[in-house]
Amino acid sequence: MIYYSFLSNPVNGRFVGFQNYIELINNNVYRLALGNTALFTLISVPSIILLSLLVALLLNKNMYYKEKLKASFIIPLVVPVASIILFFDLLFDTRGVLNNFLTRMGGNPIDWLNSNWSMLAIIIIFIWKNIGYNIVLFMAGLAKIPTEYYEAASIEGANSLQKFLNITIVYLSPTMFFVLVISIINSFKIFKEIYLLAGEYPHRRIYMLQHYLNNMFIKLEYNKLVTSAILFALIIYISLFLLFKLQRKIGRDINW
Amino acid sequence: MRKIYITIFTMILAIIMVFPLIITITNSFMGDQEVLGNYETVKSGEVAQTEKYINFQIIPERATLYQYYNVLVVKNKYIKMFWNTTFIVLPLVLGHVLVASSAAFAFSKLKFKYKDTLFFLYIVVMLMPFQVTLVPNYLILDRLNLINSYQSIILPGIFSAFGVFLLKQFMDGIPNECIEAAAVDGCNTFQIFYKIVLPLCKEGIAALTILFFIENWNMVEQPLVFIKDINKYPLSLYLSNVNHFELGIAFASGVIYMIPMLLIFLYGEEYITEGIKHSDIK
Repeated sequence: MIYYSFLSNPVNGRFVGFQNYIELINNNVYRLALGNTALFTLISVPSIILLSLLVALLLNKNMYYKEKLKASFIIPLVVPVASIILFFDLLFDTRGVLNNFLTRMGGNPIDWLNSNWSMLAIIIIFIWKNIGYNIVLFMAGLAKIPTEYYEAASIEGANSLQKFLNITIVYLSPTMFFVLVISIINSFKIFKEIYLLAGEYPHRRIYMLQHYLNNMFIKLEYNKLVTSAILFALIIYISLFLLFKLQRKIGRDINW
Repeated sequence: MRKIYITIFTMILAIIMVFPLIITITNSFMGDQEVLGNYETVKSGEVAQTEKYINFQIIPERATLYQYYNVLVVKNKYIKMFWNTTFIVLPLVLGHVLVASSAAFAFSKLKFKYKDTLFFLYIVVMLMPFQVTLVPNYLILDRLNLINSYQSIILPGIFSAFGVFLLKQFMDGIPNECIEAAAVDGCNTFQIFYKIVLPLCKEGIAALTILFFIENWNMVEQPLVFIKDINKYPLSLYLSNVNHFELGIAFASGVIYMIPMLLIFLYGEEYITEGIKHSDIK
């Protein structure tokens, strides 16, 4: 496959060096798709991590019906996207429920799926769908922190913010790292939701790298497909490699 | 008192999480007129001149099983698509559990050259989005003449890396002494595998089966590329092309489609959480 990326044509092609790569990087659609994927990952991953951490901390508190409430955060994980996509369709439509709410509050209706807001709509669906996974991981991580640490800190007069920063966050960092990796991987799977909601050619703000690859495949533009697939794989590989290196370094610092 | 406040707050969040499901389920019990009446402004297709917006209606005015009757009896294409999904997913999951458990055993308990490198490659491939590995997959399937058949989805699925990785995590938890003791008692490798390792990671296998089932029940990308014949589509893909006048049917078939998943959730929630916890990369 790497070999193909250097040919003018996968079938009986001649060797063209890096020409495919240069053409690809100068391609506007490709750059749009790459930029959208990067933007989506950079916004959605931190927000899902933050939200799931907050919910996990909340669920760790004393409350009634704890197990039942916890379950309702995990349910979206098992429900097929296709089954509830109609709900989101009706929610985000120009004449949809969300705009109904907005106009009643005195705001202006937004064309959710055909404007720059579409990114926000997709991020909301992403968080709804995947938050359960992170919550389970965070709760498992929280359960591993010995309660003695908190007791000792209380005796020494630490307030709850100090306890949170110096105990919870520090000892949660291995979990945090894994949640980060999983969230990044899940963010690359968003194609499914966008495709079901908006088809092969959604609004340009949510035209992802996966759409580009998929459409190059349909159009039989194999050299673009192969080249961009390799670049995509390379980007993922390098960012994961850097993340793992970072984790080793942090892991040594806190001696966990 | 504080406990009550926390419960109420969490409950509100929980309701937001299950709201899409509730709407889908309750709306599936509405007759055609009611569904279309509620959502007609959205789905009429033309640019509406009116300043009307739709609203979700939670409780049907007149509950009816009409849509289900439609899906199950009158328009059998939905139910056919449902079976399409089943025919793809069942062999896929069964095959994958078989392959993955033996591969995980090898990676976890046997010694061979380049084991770590090979396992690392496995993980890297697992982390790649489907579209990245599309070309090599397609070329191989094309060479084998499997495009447009279910094997084109099932075969790559069976050999996916997910289960190998997950089961290795479970098997790493089995102490090596167990295995050495069995070897001393005269078990060969195969006997060790199915008499000792497999029974000990029953929980892991259950978790894998459930998680992989859920993942594949939700598949969109593979059939989109490998299946050309729309009659062979799984329901997940077909539901996105639902006609505007079939909203009621779409709700009902969406509900039918998620019932197996909800049942799995009801009976296997602990395996789901166990599986997720073990997917920790170290």
